[in-house]
Amino acid sequence: MELTRFDSALLAAIEDGLPLESRPYTRIAERLGATEEDVLGRLASLQQQGVIRRFGVIVRHRELGYTANAMTVWDVPDEQVGQTGRRVAEMTGVTLCYRRPRHEPDWPYNLFCMVHGRDRKTVEDAVERITRCAGLVGRPRAILFSRRRFKQRGARYAPVQAPERQSVEA
Amino acid sequence: MGRVDLDELDKRLLDGFQRDFPLSPHPFREIAAQLGVDEETVMGRLRVLQDAGLVSRVGAIVAPQRAGWSTLAAMAVPISRLNEVAELISAYPEVNHNYEREHRLNIWFVVTGPDKIRVAEVLREIETRAGIAVLDLPMLEAYRLDLGFPLQWN
Repeated sequence: MELTRFDSALLAAIEDGLPLESRPYTRIAERLGATEEDVLGRLASLQQQGVIRRFGVIVRHRELGYTANAMTVWDVPDEQVGQTGRRVAEMTGVTLCYRRPRHEPDWPYNLFCMVHGRDRKTVEDAVERITRCAGLVGRPRAILFSRRRFKQRGARYAPVQAPERQSVEA
Repeated sequence: MGRVDLDELDKRLLDGFQRDFPLSPHPFREIAAQLGVDEETVMGRLRVLQDAGLVSRVGAIVAPQRAGWSTLAAMAVPISRLNEVAELISAYPEVNHNYEREHRLNIWFVVTGPDKIRVAEVLREIETRAGIAVLDLPMLEAYRLDLGFPLQWN
């Protein structure tokens, strides 16, 4: 599904978040030369279509004390990965769960989930519980705890303006 | 980024409004009514939480491949070159996450752009400039709706 130009511009206009003022959608509308009603209508529709997966307060988990996070991956036979993925997705501690392509021989894993916790032990226990409950015991697995965070911010879908790109490459 | 002592109101703001944020002309007034405070208080607390870095923003999480294109990429970088390569990667405005992880493939980053072509271009450029292979691992299927980050206070 293609987004309209207005929808793309609207998503770009809220990339840095709503202004924290009484009529935030009016402010966004002004930037787009639209009305508050247009903005509210399109946001509702984008959410309904699943383009916007979630709209609300976006927290930074590290800053809130969730310092342990493990990208946990398994190699699951292709014909089982859907069912297994849906089971993993429901477990406590799992915030994201995806199927991704393998990259043999370096990377044999196709099921990915993120597990967050306040400390390493909590996350390790959660991974063991998930492994047992989702029927993944004995499957090739890797637990990739994060060491350093070099960068984290909201995604930008809008094309990057040429000057910014040049300065990066300079 | 200063430290903030979270009170009950902060906790309810952080936990209770991660999704289904009011799409109405006065969203903060609506939240204020639910929490039994006034609109100014809600906006003020959110400002403090945002300035302290606990809240990234009040806004949207867009499905990775609906508004453009996005992929997860990995590289096996020799320890002696980690900082240099991480900096090279983070400098791209298209890179929104970049982490060091415990594995032979030790740098993991997310590239997001207006389309698949630009994302592929960024991956190729990083590969060429670093001289290290980049694994491209786009999402094929999502098993969980993003419901936000459940917080437990202790």
